[in-house]
Amino acid sequence: MRVASQPNVEEAARAAASPWQLAWRRLRRNRVALAFGGLFVLIVVFALAAPLWANHIAHTGPNSTHTLQKLEVDGEKREVVNPSGKPIGPQWLEAGGRFFVGADGRLGRDEMVRLMYGGRTSLLVGFSAALITTLLATLLGLLAGYYRGWTDTVISRAMDVIWAFPVILLAIALGLTLAVGGLKIGPLELSGSSIWIPILIIGAVYVPYMARPIRGEVLSLREKEFVEAAEAQGAGALRVMFGELLPNLASTIIVFFTLGVANAMLLESMLSFLGVGVQPPNTSWGTMVGSGFQLITSAPLLTVLPGTLLLLTVLSINVFGDGLRDALDPRSKLRLELHAGASEPEGTAV
Amino acid sequence: MVRFVVRRLCGMVAVLFAVSVLVFLIFNVIPNSDPALRMAGKNATPTLVHNITEEWGFDDSLPQQYVTMMGKIFSGDVISYEGQENVDERIVEGIPATFSLCFGAAVIWMFFGVLFGYLSAVRAGGLLDRVLTIVAVTGLSIPVFWLAAILLNYLTYQTEIFPSGGYVKFGESPLEWAEHLILPWVTMAIVYVGIYSRVLRSNMLDAMNEDYVRTARAKGLSERRVMTRHVLRNSLIPIVTLFGLDFGALVGGAIAVEAVFSLNGIGQYAYESLINTDLPPIMAIVLFGAFFIVLFNAFVDIAYAWLDPRIRLGEEAR
Repeated sequence: MRVASQPNVEEAARAAASPWQLAWRRLRRNRVALAFGGLFVLIVVFALAAPLWANHIAHTGPNSTHTLQKLEVDGEKREVVNPSGKPIGPQWLEAGGRFFVGADGRLGRDEMVRLMYGGRTSLLVGFSAALITTLLATLLGLLAGYYRGWTDTVISRAMDVIWAFPVILLAIALGLTLAVGGLKIGPLELSGSSIWIPILIIGAVYVPYMARPIRGEVLSLREKEFVEAAEAQGAGALRVMFGELLPNLASTIIVFFTLGVANAMLLESMLSFLGVGVQPPNTSWGTMVGSGFQLITSAPLLTVLPGTLLLLTVLSINVFGDGLRDALDPRSKLRLELHAGASEPEGTAV
Repeated sequence: MVRFVVRRLCGMVAVLFAVSVLVFLIFNVIPNSDPALRMAGKNATPTLVHNITEEWGFDDSLPQQYVTMMGKIFSGDVISYEGQENVDERIVEGIPATFSLCFGAAVIWMFFGVLFGYLSAVRAGGLLDRVLTIVAVTGLSIPVFWLAAILLNYLTYQTEIFPSGGYVKFGESPLEWAEHLILPWVTMAIVYVGIYSRVLRSNMLDAMNEDYVRTARAKGLSERRVMTRHVLRNSLIPIVTLFGLDFGALVGGAIAVEAVFSLNGIGQYAYESLINTDLPPIMAIVLFGAFFIVLFNAFVDIAYAWLDPRIRLGEEAR
């Protein structure tokens, strides 16, 4: 045990701090998590800067082809795609930022511009899908846990069926049929190549994995006195669910959302690699690995780069998310124990 | 125990039925176009679409369509209109390669997962422990198809350390069979080994605080015996459940890894069919894959209950 220099002051400050402030203090102490959080921010900035780079430096779009063009570098002419179909390699800043990391294949598109736009798509799919999962799972978890009885039975059994289904098979089946057929639910009509199809699919398949633990938490929370107090004051079902129970689920939901983004991005990349995720003209890091793999012996960078960016993004979200979980709920059992030494409780007597 | 098994098997049958209905809905009801047109593939002609509608009974009522679809898939009567071949036969042909891949990979990651988990629990906070933390979180974050592509390029194409080119039957040459599978096995094992060792480590650290471990030490048993016979043995049981859960994730890994290494198993067949938007093979693979996972999980649950009486007693008391 560390001895605090001014125990009274520190204790008073601790008593005054809200749970969120305490969590922030714990997170601030976790250097590894903060560093990876910073890395994630950098990657997001990289993706958001896509139009700036495309318009002012590369002077081309993600889908503009330059097959037959030549680049002038120091008075020397270089073909973007040579007659045997090999794309130009990295030019770094020699061509003023054009083809910074080379071209993407026979079509001679600027790989750097595609990496940035691909990142936008990957992040968009990851965030939107995780948001859909979170909203649906929270709603279903609240309904099942609050009403119990047959509502719970119906929701839980439906979740069980999806749970029994391997995520990837479910997503592949939906990805293929919807990419071919498109989707029409009431007024919502989506064509097969819409970016919303993979988002909806990925958002839906992860719902049971999040709804189950939330339902469990609601079941135990609804027995607490504060719920009884609210009901005694005449609060209706909606107010109890969203005014009383939901705020108590906040830390769980935040952590699940964070890790959900990482999983959604991985699943998107896998589906896109298999041709049933993001469809052209959109591009994502997953589709880029897929097309880069066709040229892996002559231009390995086209596979290495998008995959590395994807790995770094998912890794940074996972490490930051785990730090967030430690900070929000230090006693959580649901952890990977990523920080071997750091996560041991402070005052355990041996 | 018998009661537990019967209950678990009844639940399993219900889930199998529900899963098959879900597959039916995904392929024939949810998408917004004519199912026969989707199934015909790229070279759809009006005659072909008409024949498919007749064959699969797409003009019948939905329950009737469901019965027709299941009947066709399970009697081995499904044909890929794209490749003009019997789907179930191709799937059966792919079983040896896919089984070799999944089984071998699982053996490798279980062995190293348990070994590393044990070593890092014994020396919690040590160097190995820290390295494994990094391996585990990287394994969770790595796109498996990308790892496969990178390993294939740098260890086979560029340096020729490992042989390239598909699957060699075990019966033809066991040595070449293993040689061609090492890289795919390692790819899949890298993804999982960290997670398993982490889970085992935390189970072991929990177990070390149990009373029976104190008793074992008090009896004067050697530290090694306490660790292997008491701590490790009890910590291995939850690994069995984890294995059941991950077998589902393995399916996805198998498709990607087989596609990259051209292993000619069910996964590669799935990959080819996806790229060609050929629906019938995917329909059969998804249904059989999901059935297999449900059966496998039921088996794991029963094995788990047999290993750990607390589970079945807890379930029966409910």
